[in-house]
Amino acid sequence: MRKLPKITVWRAIFVAILMSGLYATYLRVFYGLGGSTNLSDKFPWGLWIAFDVMCGVGLAAGGFTLVAMVHIFNIEKYKPILRPAILTAFLGYSLVVVGLLYDLGRPDRLWHPLVMWNPHSVMFEVAWCVTLYSTVLFLEFLPVVLEKFGLHKPLEWIHKISVPLMILGVLLSTLHQSSLGTLFLIVPEKLYPLWYTPILPLLFYVSAIAVGLAMTIFESWHSSRAFGRALELPLLMSMARVLAVVLSVYLWIRFLDLSHRHVFGLLAQNRIETWLFALEILLMVVPMVLLYQQRIRSSPGKLYACAVMVVFGFIANRLNVGTTGLEAGSGTHYIPRWSEVAITLSIVAAGFATFRLIAEYFPVFEAHSQERAPSATQETEADTVEVA
Amino acid sequence: MSKAILYDSTLCIGCKACEAACAERWGLPYNDKIAAEEKISAHKLTAIETHGDKFCRRLCMNCVQPACVSVCPVGALQKTALGPVTYDADKCMGCRYCMQACPFQVPTYEWNSRLPKMRKCNMCYERQSAGKQTACAEACPVGATVNGERDELIQEAKRRLAEKPDQYYGKIYGIEEVGGTSVLYLSAVPFAQIGLRTNVPEEPLPETTWRVLELVPDIVSTGTVLLGGIYWITNRRAEVAKKEGRR
Repeated sequence: MRKLPKITVWRAIFVAILMSGLYATYLRVFYGLGGSTNLSDKFPWGLWIAFDVMCGVGLAAGGFTLVAMVHIFNIEKYKPILRPAILTAFLGYSLVVVGLLYDLGRPDRLWHPLVMWNPHSVMFEVAWCVTLYSTVLFLEFLPVVLEKFGLHKPLEWIHKISVPLMILGVLLSTLHQSSLGTLFLIVPEKLYPLWYTPILPLLFYVSAIAVGLAMTIFESWHSSRAFGRALELPLLMSMARVLAVVLSVYLWIRFLDLSHRHVFGLLAQNRIETWLFALEILLMVVPMVLLYQQRIRSSPGKLYACAVMVVFGFIANRLNVGTTGLEAGSGTHYIPRWSEVAITLSIVAAGFATFRLIAEYFPVFEAHSQERAPSATQETEADTVEVA
Repeated sequence: MSKAILYDSTLCIGCKACEAACAERWGLPYNDKIAAEEKISAHKLTAIETHGDKFCRRLCMNCVQPACVSVCPVGALQKTALGPVTYDADKCMGCRYCMQACPFQVPTYEWNSRLPKMRKCNMCYERQSAGKQTACAEACPVGATVNGERDELIQEAKRRLAEKPDQYYGKIYGIEEVGGTSVLYLSAVPFAQIGLRTNVPEEPLPETTWRVLELVPDIVSTGTVLLGGIYWITNRRAEVAKKEGRR
């Protein structure tokens, strides 16, 4: 009984978000970007690029991270959380495309980069990688759908190409996760020196791996609550250990970079960039320190809190690079209009709802042994073992 | 040989004849209200700015190695051999990366249009192709804007600096900036005082991203070998372990 009204409140919020998103969509379609955003000639990219695209792609990084861990490095124990991670990634990329449809001036020309080439453009590379990787993610998730309907023949085909497919997926992710950072190398005079660095692509790549792991912990925790499953705590604990190490590597590279570029002096200035930088770094340092402690890792609640901090630290970093860090250099201020926020929230809400729906109707968390295809044993074995 | 524009701020009288000529050439409306807007926008591709008693004219710099051309994912922007940077609106998908990348904040957008385009000066590509002057240079009554070969205009600017050193700030803006631009400026005061960006690097901006992009083939080939190799080793190990019954 106690749970019922709580769900209703969440549903009411969900509906309210979608309604505001719907009205914002109307504004976007009929009044253009000018009628729905606070973008300007001096500030052409806002929340939809910095959050919906840059954070969206990063938060979906759990897919390639876990595929690499399970299938390339053959660490089989992580298999039970592989499927939800692939689903999160696939949904993430689909939502990135939705975000792009809002942000592009001419969404009807989304396909143009695929036929009108400019290999010198980072955006061109990102467009190709994201297109190809979405296809890879679709194929990686397809076995779940095929299992559900007992289609063994196509399941076998997919299994035959699965290894090259997964290697391709990891490569494509490596390329475009880092390329989102490369996008900003073209603005050395606009991006604040705390963020502009020639190694931006490397930092984007390492932080994407970190947030991919954090998102996997985040989503395991939520789905265990939503579906009343037992939390795969030992798994998440060992993953948290990896996360702590990745965070350390990231922060160490970040520190070395700032030190070699002699920009620490900027931190003495009392300006908004200093505080946002401090916030971003704190949201990475605190969970790193905490996650090195067994006591924190073995408590589901604290583990979850750490994952959330990493996610927010990551979001803060991407928003800083994509918006706030560019304000001073662009000679203007930018605060997103309500309609930009409404559409962003709607996309996030739609993501949560779709994940829930798919997880409810498809074998995302467990593979049923009786529906296993003969040759797809490797795919389902560990899942079955874990469930049992 | 490539075309360029030399704008001499010390000669400019702020009559805005260039603005009117530019509007006419693009078929854009022009009236007193638009004339009073001292910034370039989607309906005003060149603008005379007032900085105290000095004037400065803003227009697309048509860079020698333009950032906008390098970043455009669909190749809608092109650097022509003639000098102008042209734009093909039929290719443009509206990602606005050109606007973000431009160090001079030149490209502008039709924000309130349902089917928007980017807008910027293209140094009268059509007119110059036909051997004519740019509309602005033709309209300028005092010769503050002149149009010609870039090399010759640089020589002309140097001649002016040498002839009247006391009337000029002793530099030409546009020779070194971002690897060179097709619009060159002369001024009586340091360039920052007439609103020109002085913090732009001397390195052509496309280099900054190309340094990383050119690694892509190496990353793909090395990555394939590395990941394939790791897969082969780890799975082989697991298979052997399975065979020996150690699992």
